Amino acid sequence: MRKALSLLLFSVLVSLGVTAWGAGKTIKLGVIAELTGDMPAVGTSCKNAAEMAVKEVNAAGGLQVGKEKMKVELVVEDNAGKADQSAAAAQKLITQDAVLAIVGPNASRYAIPASEIAESEKTVLITPWSTNPKTTLDATTNKPKKYVFRACFIDPFQGGVLAKFALENLKAKKAAVLYDVASDYNKGIAEVFKANYEKLGGKIVAFETYTTNDKDFSAQLTKIKDAKPDVIFLPNYYSEVPLQVQQAKRLGITAPFIGSDSWGSNELLTLGGADLNGYYFSTHYAADNAAPVAKKFIADYEKAYGTKPDDVAALTYDAFGLLFDSIQSAGKADREAVRAALATLPTYKGVTGDMKFQADSRDPIKSAVILQIKDGKFAYYTNANP
Amino acid sequence: MSEGIVYWLQQTLNALQLGSIYALIALGYTMVYGILTMINFAHGDVFMIGAFFCFLAAVFLGLPFAPTLLLAMVGAALLGVTIERLAYKPLRHAPRVSAIITALGVGIFLENFTLALAPYPKNIPPLLEHVTWNLGGVSLSSLQVIIILLSLGLMFLLDYVVHRTPVGMAMRAISWDKTFVPLMGVPLDLIISVTFAIGAGLAGAAGTMYALAYPVIDPYMGIMVGWKAFISAVVGGIGNIRGAMIGAFILGGVEIMVTAFFPSTYRDFVAFTLLMLLILVRPYGILGKPRTQKV
Repeated sequence: MRKALSLLLFSVLVSLGVTAWGAGKTIKLGVIAELTGDMPAVGTSCKNAAEMAVKEVNAAGGLQVGKEKMKVELVVEDNAGKADQSAAAAQKLITQDAVLAIVGPNASRYAIPASEIAESEKTVLITPWSTNPKTTLDATTNKPKKYVFRACFIDPFQGGVLAKFALENLKAKKAAVLYDVASDYNKGIAEVFKANYEKLGGKIVAFETYTTNDKDFSAQLTKIKDAKPDVIFLPNYYSEVPLQVQQAKRLGITAPFIGSDSWGSNELLTLGGADLNGYYFSTHYAADNAAPVAKKFIADYEKAYGTKPDDVAALTYDAFGLLFDSIQSAGKADREAVRAALATLPTYKGVTGDMKFQADSRDPIKSAVILQIKDGKFAYYTNANP
Repeated sequence: MSEGIVYWLQQTLNALQLGSIYALIALGYTMVYGILTMINFAHGDVFMIGAFFCFLAAVFLGLPFAPTLLLAMVGAALLGVTIERLAYKPLRHAPRVSAIITALGVGIFLENFTLALAPYPKNIPPLLEHVTWNLGGVSLSSLQVIIILLSLGLMFLLDYVVHRTPVGMAMRAISWDKTFVPLMGVPLDLIISVTFAIGAGLAGAAGTMYALAYPVIDPYMGIMVGWKAFISAVVGGIGNIRGAMIGAFILGGVEIMVTAFFPSTYRDFVAFTLLMLLILVRPYGILGKPRTQKV
């Protein structure tokens, strides 16, 4: 009996020792990705890019933290495309897995609930792709959250860019908007587009809504057709846009469509095909017009996964770049120190361009690009600033 | 034609298309309820599986429209019968709540089973050549015509089967009384299987047409459509076949027309308020009568 007890005690001590040793040598980082649900392409890109970033750092010996080299360990959680599971995943990563920081989720409607948990648990969260301003703002005080950052531009910026593009490049004086009123991202950008477009002298002739999971848009599109717009803005996710465009064409609508960065998945081309040819959307970077840093990333990614990285992949990679830099400059694997280092990081040259966090903001300053869909590919069209 | 009339006609066509699909699914709810007084909550997911059968037939087997439709209907029908045999039959004498919980479970199983195999939304290739006719400003697509006509055809066929054939008579008799009708030589299990096969087969047809009209399909597509079809069945008077069809066209019409003449954000709020008022006035649905003819 005594022998058994001492054996048990011994094994407990050993396992404790192992964990303590493990914590000393590796840094755990969490990823929350939309691996299942309505936008699995987004989650997969995020996971792929995260794994690639971590692999590169580990292959180079790990991160230089203070005096020692530390390897990075990745913990990936699926949020199943649900808001509640995003919050639960953040909670699990922070309390159970004790990660140093979190990257993701990507869509604003998942990033916002997860960011609330990260903020209250005082853990850095960088969302690669969530462009809704609310993600980094405190809901009650409307001041920036302390621990939540993003690697992309925000919707007011993007909405402004698109409004100007529609008026100046497409010469469209009358615009219609169809958007998902139940989704934070779609709703936010639609409203910003409307405000900017009207301010610049355009006229919104139809401002129509639907709710997530709708497949029939015939009533709204018939209404839009009746309003005779010069351009139709669809700030919706890649799985819905093809349906909307196809139904519009079937109803005899001939006006061109424009979109926002939610179009920027290769899945859009698979699902939409030739129906989308010639249309424009704003996004974070253009794979065919990239800086040298980006060229290497694109080549490596294509080699590893056999497909061109979309903007989620590029932004996730940049989010990890930001995180690695701030962990190294913090000099210790401590949540507070990493946060402080990230907030004051000098200009970071990423795949999606240069970015820097301003003193009182968690949103980096960077510019957008407009892409055109041409023969089943995304082609660089122009750089854009509002 | 004046612009107002063109607009109104276009929206009516939209409503007919949506209503046809709701109707095909609503029939499955109403038939199962008629026979077993049980709400088969897995039915919306059988519809989803029908759409995936359509995807398999069209993409992997490269079949044209007619065989694809047939395969989806047969596949869904077999699935419906299997679900009944494995999941509902053992619970036929258990409390009704157990059967409903089982149905919910089967639905979640089907969703997640499909999700495990196909996590990405799938694109359905255009199986039919798209022609859009312009009739004095009203756009009428060949697909719309096929959906509406095929649905109406299937509904009339079903109505004929239920009201004019021996099998239909047996179904109506069993829905009337499950204890004594089998004693007169009506094979209870067979008729229940036939009911599930027909209901699920119609859902398979609905899945195929839905997939052609809205060619991006995913494992969760059956949830919302299933609810709406269920609501249609209740509005029409659950257990009553003609009622389910009327209810479906009412729901489709209300949804489209509310969007057409109000801001589209009010759609669900106005549409479902109207339906609740209707249920308040006629608690058993439009054609439903308390404890009378079912299926």
